[in-house]
Amino acid sequence: MKARQKRLIFVGLALVGVAGATSLALSALQSNISYFFSPTQVMASEHPTDAVFRVGGLVVADTLERQPDGLTVHFEVTDNAAVVPVSYTGILPDLFSEGQGVVAKGRIGTDGVFYAEEVLAKHDESYMPPEVADTLQTAHVDGVVEQTTASMPAGSKTQ
Amino acid sequence: MIPELGHLALILALLLAVAQAAFPLAGSLSGNRPWMTMARPLAYGQLVFIAIAFLALVEAFLTSDFSVLYVAQHSNSLLPGIYKISAVWGGHEGSLLLWALMMAGWGAAVALFSRNLPLPVVARVIGVMGLVAIGFLLFMLLTSNPFERLFPVPPEGRDLNPLLQDPGLAIHPPMLYMGYVGFSVAFAFAIAALIGGKLDAAWARWSRPWTTVAWVFLTIGIALGSWWAYYELGWGGWWFWDPVENASLMPWLVGTALIHSLAVTEKRAAFKSWTVLLAISAFSLSLLGTFLVRSGVLTSVHAFATDPERGLFILIFLCIVIGGSLALYAWRAPDVSEGGRFDLVSRESALILNNLIFVAFTVLVLFGTLAPLIYEAFNLGKISVGFPWFNKMFVALAPFLALILGIGPAARWKRDEPWRLTKMLWLAFALSIGVLVLSSLPASSGNDFWVPIGIALAAWLLFSHLTILRERLKHKKRPTWEALKADFSGNGRSFYGMVVAHLGVAVFIVGVTMVSNHQLEKDLRMSPGDSHEMAGYRFEFLGAQKVNGPNYRADEGHFRVYRGDRQIADLHPQKRSYLGGGMPMTEAAIDAGFFRDIYVSLGEAVGDGDWALRLYYKPYVRWIWLGAALMALGGAIAVTDRRYRTARVHSSAPVPADGVRA
Repeated sequence: MKARQKRLIFVGLALVGVAGATSLALSALQSNISYFFSPTQVMASEHPTDAVFRVGGLVVADTLERQPDGLTVHFEVTDNAAVVPVSYTGILPDLFSEGQGVVAKGRIGTDGVFYAEEVLAKHDESYMPPEVADTLQTAHVDGVVEQTTASMPAGSKTQ
Repeated sequence: MIPELGHLALILALLLAVAQAAFPLAGSLSGNRPWMTMARPLAYGQLVFIAIAFLALVEAFLTSDFSVLYVAQHSNSLLPGIYKISAVWGGHEGSLLLWALMMAGWGAAVALFSRNLPLPVVARVIGVMGLVAIGFLLFMLLTSNPFERLFPVPPEGRDLNPLLQDPGLAIHPPMLYMGYVGFSVAFAFAIAALIGGKLDAAWARWSRPWTTVAWVFLTIGIALGSWWAYYELGWGGWWFWDPVENASLMPWLVGTALIHSLAVTEKRAAFKSWTVLLAISAFSLSLLGTFLVRSGVLTSVHAFATDPERGLFILIFLCIVIGGSLALYAWRAPDVSEGGRFDLVSRESALILNNLIFVAFTVLVLFGTLAPLIYEAFNLGKISVGFPWFNKMFVALAPFLALILGIGPAARWKRDEPWRLTKMLWLAFALSIGVLVLSSLPASSGNDFWVPIGIALAAWLLFSHLTILRERLKHKKRPTWEALKADFSGNGRSFYGMVVAHLGVAVFIVGVTMVSNHQLEKDLRMSPGDSHEMAGYRFEFLGAQKVNGPNYRADEGHFRVYRGDRQIADLHPQKRSYLGGGMPMTEAAIDAGFFRDIYVSLGEAVGDGDWALRLYYKPYVRWIWLGAALMALGGAIAVTDRRYRTARVHSSAPVPADGVRA
């Protein structure tokens, strides 16, 4: 076989591989991404009803209730403009607490409660998920963000 | 005073880096020998000054000098001594300093172990490393000075994030950085070769051991990180496809492609431009990873408190490095002569497929990691890519890689006969099919589709490599064992390193397959005295009590685990609350075993002495890290190959002056 033919075969194989991989990857992506919605958007029913999505904000103080089975918890998440009730069964992450930022992944039930499959809090307590920080700003309540930052000991950005 | 000394040392190191970039490079281009000979002393000087800065920071941590902002943020007087040292790289500024220290260390190592290289090559390599060092030192001095003072001085530090107070994480970042930074050597060799216009087999032989060592460190670093996440985060996962993990995986994937492509370049003088491109990519992806971690553009469980200014700086640096090296590549690569020709059935072809798969996987990981940014940029909404997507991509590509991996090392360079390969490997293939059938029997696998495939692929790797080994020893007229020993201590190190690393892949595949498909997990509420059965084990909860650690208070649960009537483990998981920051943390209790782990982590007290808790059964999970360790070991064995050393025999003689212009 001539060098050129060989090269053509390799290039062809590579192209087919890339095209195949890209289409597979993109189609698989569609079923594996989850969109983020703020409580305000959820209240305005902008969220999907048939797909998993994420909702995030601050956990409203004094709303965390443990149900009698010991594993299910109810709490409310707010962006300071609207509130979404959340139900989650399982172990909460270590850094989950009232007043802190949280992102929950799941679906909304017909009763308007968000049933979370997964609740995320972060490794670092001074860290705020960017989506949550964004929604809080759009809700024009910077005061709350400042307050949570100020309550941190020897803050990360004291200069 | 000492922190200022450290700061000064950093500034001096920057000046030295400027000199290190300027003189040797200029000298190598103009043929000015004295300038070129400056390369080595400058590289050593760089190491000395950065080491001084690093020691100054260590000293500030050991004496709990909270007038240094970085110390106040990441330490606490109660912190145990060993973690005061690891706290040095527990945050952004300090980890950058560690990075710079390692960069200087690699530079000095190149200066020390390059006696057999022509002086212009050494000058260029060290010069390029100086350029990279300028970027990092400027970054540190302009945006992230670890020696910044804090006034008024706080009485107590904020404490190191409790998750980082762990032996695994004390050594994970240094290993990882050794790998990241090590690719800068491969990068520097590639750029030096482009500048000199001399891309040949010798160049490949020089950069191979460096690349492999960097790859070994990166492998260990990633494996340690995975192991740490497994036992420390308390959710029993070993890989989360988190952006930060992906950031370390991408250079590893490209680096793996690179060490394979370098083999072709060395043995057959082929793939030269491609190899250079991979070397540039591996280092660029290391930088991109740093950018992603530090800038906070992506949601990540690892994110440090972030700062857009830093992100911008790294982005600019990244553009300069990638843009500059690609421009150089575009200018120089067309002159690179074509390498050795080869046929469709040959080892080169197998290695091309290897490279294609690794690069494809890198592109997929990169795409999945950046997809949230892409979607946001096009106003398509805020998304996150779930880890099932990454798993699917991995599972779609890995089997092909494993299949080729069994054939490639058996094939001959340049051209091979399909018939010869078939004759050689049919038995290994038949045995693997046998394993596939056996493990598909309902009793051994449940109804799962992937388990038999994974096991059969691992078996295929084992059998094919045994066949390849037998083929290699067939012609030696000695008993097999002795021939093996003689070959190993003779010229066979590269070969045996490869076999060990590839068997590591097989072990890894078994671990991943088993734990992904057969693990069990249960969240439940238990009262003292309750028992729960899972996977043939009975977990008895005896209750929890308060205990005090050096810098934390904890609730400690007590579990007994029985298999049948026999007690096999006594587990004490903890829920800690650290005194410094008040941060809560789960400390899981694990009964580790070669074939399975039993894992208990406490959730929360739910009243009356009851606890919400989580039980796991993790079959073969250790094999994942064992496999990674074997891969790293294989790399380490390969580096000791004689041909990387013999070249040094004629090295003590000074390089003749006519070798100046390459």
